[in-house]
Amino acid sequence: MTKRVLLIEDEPNIIEAVSFILTRDGWDVKTHSNGHDAIDAVHNRTPDLIILDVMLPGRSGFEILQDIRADQTLADMPVLMLTARGQEKDREMAQRYGASRYMTKPFSNAELLANVRELIAP
Amino acid sequence: MATLNVLIIVSLLYVVLLFTVAFAADRAALHGRGAWLRSPWVYTLSLSIYCTAWTFYGAVGYAARSGLEYLTIYLGPTLVMIGWWWMLRKMVRIGRSQRITSIADLISSRYGKSNLLAVFVTLLAVIGTTPYIALQLQSVTLSFAAFAEADPDAGVLNSPYTALWVALGLALFTILFGTRNLDANERHHGVVMAIALEAVVKLFALLAVGVFVVWGLAGGIDETFARIDASEIARWDVPGSRWVGLTLLSAAAFLCLPRMFQVLVVENEDESHLRTASWAFPAYLMLMSLFVVPIAAIGLDLMPKGSNPDLFVLTLPLQEGREGLAILSFLGGFSSATSMVIVAAIALSTMLSNHVVMPIWLRMTGNMAVMSGDVRQVALLARRLSIAGVVLLGYVYLQLSSGGAALAAIGLVSFAGVAQLLPAMLGGIFWRGATRSGAMTGLLVGFAIWLYALFLPSFGASVIISQDVMDHGPAGIGWLRPRALFGAEGMDPLVHAVMWSMVLNTFSFILVSVLTFPKPLERLQGAQFVNVFQHSATTGSWTGGLAQSEDLLLMSQRILGPTEAQAFFTNAAAHQGLSGYLPEPSPDFLQQLERELSGSVGGATAHAMISQIVGGATVSVQDLMAVADETAQIMEYSSQLETKSQELARTARQLRVANKKLTQISDQKDTFLSQISHELRTPMTSIRAFSEILRDSDGISEADTSRYSSIIHDEAVRLTRLLDDLLDLSVLENGQVVLNTEKGSLSALLERSISAAGGEKGTLDIRNIQPEKDIVVTTDLDRLAQVFINLITNARKYCDAKEPVLTITSSRNGGDVVIDFIDNGSGIPADMHAVVFEKFSRISHSRVGGAGLGLAICSEIMTRLGGHVGVVPAQEGTAFRVTLPDSATTSGAKTIA
Amino acid sequence: MSWEKKTVFLERRAYRQRRFADGARMLPLFGAALFFIPLLWSLADDKVTLTSYVMSFVFVAWVGLIIISAFVSSKLPKDMPDAASPKDE
Repeated sequence: MTKRVLLIEDEPNIIEAVSFILTRDGWDVKTHSNGHDAIDAVHNRTPDLIILDVMLPGRSGFEILQDIRADQTLADMPVLMLTARGQEKDREMAQRYGASRYMTKPFSNAELLANVRELIAP
Repeated sequence: MATLNVLIIVSLLYVVLLFTVAFAADRAALHGRGAWLRSPWVYTLSLSIYCTAWTFYGAVGYAARSGLEYLTIYLGPTLVMIGWWWMLRKMVRIGRSQRITSIADLISSRYGKSNLLAVFVTLLAVIGTTPYIALQLQSVTLSFAAFAEADPDAGVLNSPYTALWVALGLALFTILFGTRNLDANERHHGVVMAIALEAVVKLFALLAVGVFVVWGLAGGIDETFARIDASEIARWDVPGSRWVGLTLLSAAAFLCLPRMFQVLVVENEDESHLRTASWAFPAYLMLMSLFVVPIAAIGLDLMPKGSNPDLFVLTLPLQEGREGLAILSFLGGFSSATSMVIVAAIALSTMLSNHVVMPIWLRMTGNMAVMSGDVRQVALLARRLSIAGVVLLGYVYLQLSSGGAALAAIGLVSFAGVAQLLPAMLGGIFWRGATRSGAMTGLLVGFAIWLYALFLPSFGASVIISQDVMDHGPAGIGWLRPRALFGAEGMDPLVHAVMWSMVLNTFSFILVSVLTFPKPLERLQGAQFVNVFQHSATTGSWTGGLAQSEDLLLMSQRILGPTEAQAFFTNAAAHQGLSGYLPEPSPDFLQQLERELSGSVGGATAHAMISQIVGGATVSVQDLMAVADETAQIMEYSSQLETKSQELARTARQLRVANKKLTQISDQKDTFLSQISHELRTPMTSIRAFSEILRDSDGISEADTSRYSSIIHDEAVRLTRLLDDLLDLSVLENGQVVLNTEKGSLSALLERSISAAGGEKGTLDIRNIQPEKDIVVTTDLDRLAQVFINLITNARKYCDAKEPVLTITSSRNGGDVVIDFIDNGSGIPADMHAVVFEKFSRISHSRVGGAGLGLAICSEIMTRLGGHVGVVPAQEGTAFRVTLPDSATTSGAKTIA
Repeated sequence: MSWEKKTVFLERRAYRQRRFADGARMLPLFGAALFFIPLLWSLADDKVTLTSYVMSFVFVAWVGLIIISAFVSSKLPKDMPDAASPKDE
């Protein structure tokens, strides 16, 4: 069964790039572009992995991460955080809020694939 | 008859009685008992020392010789007493509030505590009083002799040494009761009590003799009058000048005599006693003088020719065989003589000790404040020696003059001498303009004239002043004849001398006072003295030690703290042998207390506080100055401290503000950095991702390849633009921008900007509305164009109307050029109006190109150009207004960031 | 303090006291005038002034002054300071 990936990101170019890479690699990629109803999208799409951007309109990625982790059903959901902010404290925050992995933009495509594969088995 | 023996026994008993009374009174005063000591009657009776043996014996002699003239001696004091409200009251108030100990003290204290004045006054007093003391001794001797004459068995007691014995006895009594301890207030209760008793005795004696003479000898009042009219003194022929002059002289002497000052002012317990004395003492004087003329007249009648009229009071009863009355009369005379000598000795010794001996001794011992016990001992010794000296001096004078002139004459000369003090004293009390130099001059002039015109001639012709000088003046200058100065011939010598001395004294006093300038201390003292009623309430009488000790304890508790103060007081009480915690306010205790307190509040303040309670007096000027000094120092120190602490507070405040700013800036920097980081990384992500895709993936369609390459390119451009903007903004913010100011047409600039921003391409309809007269602006035209381009581009990007229209209106408003950019879109929400110019702020989250720095750059540029860009409120669409001052003062390159 | 009260409520009393004080100041002058009257008599050359006469007069005057002084002194205020003293500069 094809694993589903939910990409929560608002930059269209990045959406296109990541979708292309992952789809190429055999993943089912769904996207969602704003933070307001991101958690609903999570419930609707029921992905196996969430790739979560930090800078989102409506709600910040960290808050959405908190929501996910607060939800009992999503406690084990692997979450890969993407951010353009590269500072140490962002990394710490991500870890504190329960991100499974953390990547800074720009990233290497190969690294992205590797992380996704590690987080969920195909 | 053993009259003389009886006399001696009675006299000795009387003396013992006096000693007992004095002793008892002293004891009572010491233990705080004896309200009767402070009766106004005791005070009134003590004033009777004005009536000396001169009154008792000499008045009759005076009357026998000159008729009613003797009355003037008593009329003067009467007038002074009934005028107590304005004169005596002030003297007593000053005396109490300034703690005056003698008339020399009063005068010297008033004129700036001048010791020179004090010494001079003391000398004057001694010279004036010595003959008077001699007079008293003589009268006692004569009265003894009178008895001896009547008693053939006399013998042993009629010796020339009688006077010496009396003198020694008086000195002993005075030393015993006048110098027991140094009362700070100089009150001698024992002595005053003894004096009061003597006053009663002499009044009673004189009245008894009078009654005897009028009813016993003459046979009634009418007969007495008849005898008077028939006698030698029937005619009233007292010269007017003498009648007035002597009245005034006696009034002056009443105020200035040292012994009178002692009992009037120094020994005064309560100012209200004056109220009683004001009428009671004149009554006493009246009674004393009532029977003088009858006695004189009857005596002249009955006594053998050539008998001494001075002794009629004694000799009449003796002659008539009334020995009891005679002895009573003798006691009266004895009382009169002794009371005068005692008080005079006390007064003079106080002055000598305080103003002559002690200053010399202190200077000799180098002013080292030896333990005060030492000083006390020396002062006491000085007092005692002075007493003995003064009394013995009187004795010596007596022997030298060997009873020359009649008693009365000496008395008046003495009066005239002390009266020289009057101008200085009165002037000092009532006139603030009186100065020390004036007082000194007046005294010297008056004293000199008195000496020359009265005192020296009184020794008799050619004793000191030769007869030649008397007749023709010194070196033949007629105008300087001692008895006819300045051509005033034919005047009674006494009146003449008194007139000239007082007139010239007063005149020179006033003249010199007006011409000289007093020292600060003089002026302060002047104010204190003259305005004494404003300064002091009636000082309450000394109500006894314990009340004051209690006040002291209350005050000390406030300063030392309750436990410490109480412990101190209890200790002191124990030392004094009292139980409980309230010791007597003895000088020792007060001193210890002062020392204790000065540790906390400073010496001057401690002293002032204690004197306030104990003395009930106002603080002395020196105390005030010392306290003021201390206070000034304390104030200065505390103001320095306050300034320092204010500075510290200010510095702390400044530091806090700076810290806040720095934190803000640091926060801002953090925010900025993370924002930049985000803005830079986002395009980079696309670039990297797509370039990796293109590199690593195969089998991508040409369309996709082309597309992805475009994306890479666009993002790269976007990135570049962002970097450019950042740099631009940085340059602008740091004020490092270089502006090229030129003149240019605004409309032309706008056209240029419109075409640079894409012109008519796209859907945006741009309408450029210009005023008729073209506006010329003087500024950096490129930069201004940059702002216009940015605003137009924004409208193109963000205007969300169906058919977007941008209206550009240029106008002039006051001194400014105003260009409005208004579109017909949905506008900027009101709460975002200020935020929209912040870096990286975006109204919507759609990224339609641009990094969000555009408006921030516009804002900076406008600031640098001296203008402003802002949102126009209350518009339907987005409305920006650019304002440019006409003669644009562009803020220069290197402005403060 | 209570003295101020007097001026408000019992003005007459304070006024009275002031007048008594004035009288007290005048008294010695009055007394002096009285005592100097006998001088006037001796101006008349024709009459012989008798000592006894003068004596009587003086003593009567004396007693009168004493009585007046006693009366005035009792009326003078106890603690009033010498408020109205223009002499004091």
